[in-house]
Amino acid sequence: MCLAIPGKLIDITEDPNGVRMGRANFGGIVKQVCLEYTPEVNPGDYVLVHVGFALNKVDEEEAERTYKLLQEMDQLQELDVPSVEEPFGVTPGSTSP
Amino acid sequence: MKYLDEYRSEALARKLVAELHRVVTKPWVLMEVCGGQTHTIVKYGIDHLLPPQVELVHGPGCPVCVTSLEMIDKAHAIARRPDVIFCSFGDMLRVPGSEVDLLVLKSRGADVRVVYSPIDCLKIARANPDKKVVFFAIGFETTAPGNAMAVWQARQQGIKNFSVLVSHVLVPPSITSILQSPLNRVQGFLGPGHVCTVMGYREYEPIAERYRVPIVITGFEPLDILQGTLMAVRQLEAGTATVENQYRRVVQREGNRVAQRLVNQVFEVCDRKWRGVGSIPKSGYKLRYEFRDHDAERIFEVREIDTKEPAICISGMVLKGIKKPHDCPAFGKQCTPEHPLGATMVSAEGACAAYYAYGRHLQPHPDEPARRTDAA
Ligand code: SF4
Repeated sequence: MCLAIPGKLIDITEDPNGVRMGRANFGGIVKQVCLEYTPEVNPGDYVLVHVGFALNKVDEEEAERTYKLLQEMDQLQELDVPSVEEPFGVTPGSTSP
Repeated sequence: MKYLDEYRSEALARKLVAELHRVVTKPWVLMEVCGGQTHTIVKYGIDHLLPPQVELVHGPGCPVCVTSLEMIDKAHAIARRPDVIFCSFGDMLRVPGSEVDLLVLKSRGADVRVVYSPIDCLKIARANPDKKVVFFAIGFETTAPGNAMAVWQARQQGIKNFSVLVSHVLVPPSITSILQSPLNRVQGFLGPGHVCTVMGYREYEPIAERYRVPIVITGFEPLDILQGTLMAVRQLEAGTATVENQYRRVVQREGNRVAQRLVNQVFEVCDRKWRGVGSIPKSGYKLRYEFRDHDAERIFEVREIDTKEPAICISGMVLKGIKKPHDCPAFGKQCTPEHPLGATMVSAEGACAAYYAYGRHLQPHPDEPARRTDAA
């Protein structure tokens, strides 16, 4: 459960309490992520996400490789857990990670 | 070499394996610390590709596995209360306590919810002001920034009905305790890549120096593991013992300073009991006093609980790298992922569960007389 999953940052927003949040795309699954720990990232960047928190910026190639490995190892189940207040938990996206 | 087919960079993997064969002259025992690495090693059969002199033993790096039975029973006692919504990561659901698991409690009517992120619990707490929302905050250093942020925000936003049951564990003290054991066989470590993404690896440097063990911070892909193993073996053969960073494309020496700062504001280091291992000094995080209003252990005052582990289980020795799953008489027989008896079978990242998932219970005990005698 210590694995962090790479995703592509779609946009950056502030939640009502001033927390820096964003949406990240994980192989078509879009989830809210907290960006407080990665002040340097911009939309289009790849971030390594663990339990909804971006921990680090990674390059595209790294993101791609890691995602495929996790997929192969069946280690992406946590993405299936719906986030609270997202009606279906997942939003199909068009871009790959 | 059938496993090699699965590699994306087969040629490079072959090169690394050949190089390992070339440099190794003596038997060495390495431990991979992280459960994700264990999973990769067993899935791709990396341990079978290595020269016979190099043995990989599996470390304590599965936070679900090492959460103490007392803590699980406490969680269950809290989750049973009708005024509580108990939130947890999915992998804690099936972890057996002394009596039941969270899934059973849920089927009996307890409000147990799986969340993707601890932040989601704040939303649940806001939406259910008449309930007490408790989050089971487990994990290594990788998870601590997320859990710290949830607590921090709860305080900032005055969400009084949110608390956390903290059972955080830390990697460096667990490595130290393995090295201090009189039974220790581990001569070098593959360090945990994602833990070090947050924490950096400065704190591993005094350990490498003091105990004369190479520590190579390593990623999770088959090639990472092979390369990390090669780097560690090179050091062992050369008689050096430093911290090296194989996972440079992700990990920096300083780690994520912003995350570390918040973690240190919310948590402080404490002694922690590890399932199968026992108490390790200064090996966990607990909430700082300022955050006591969000401390589930304080709010619910769960009394000390009497717990009992099955006598047959040797998971403590598995977690320390002294034994392998095959050494356990219950492995794959009485003990399976459906009916786990001990720590290392409860989560997919535990060594026993990983061995089982990839069919190793169907294989005979690996016949390694030379290694097995020095284990005892
Ligand atoms: S197989 Fe089961 S009983 Fe045996 S050591 Fe592993 S967890 Fe314990």
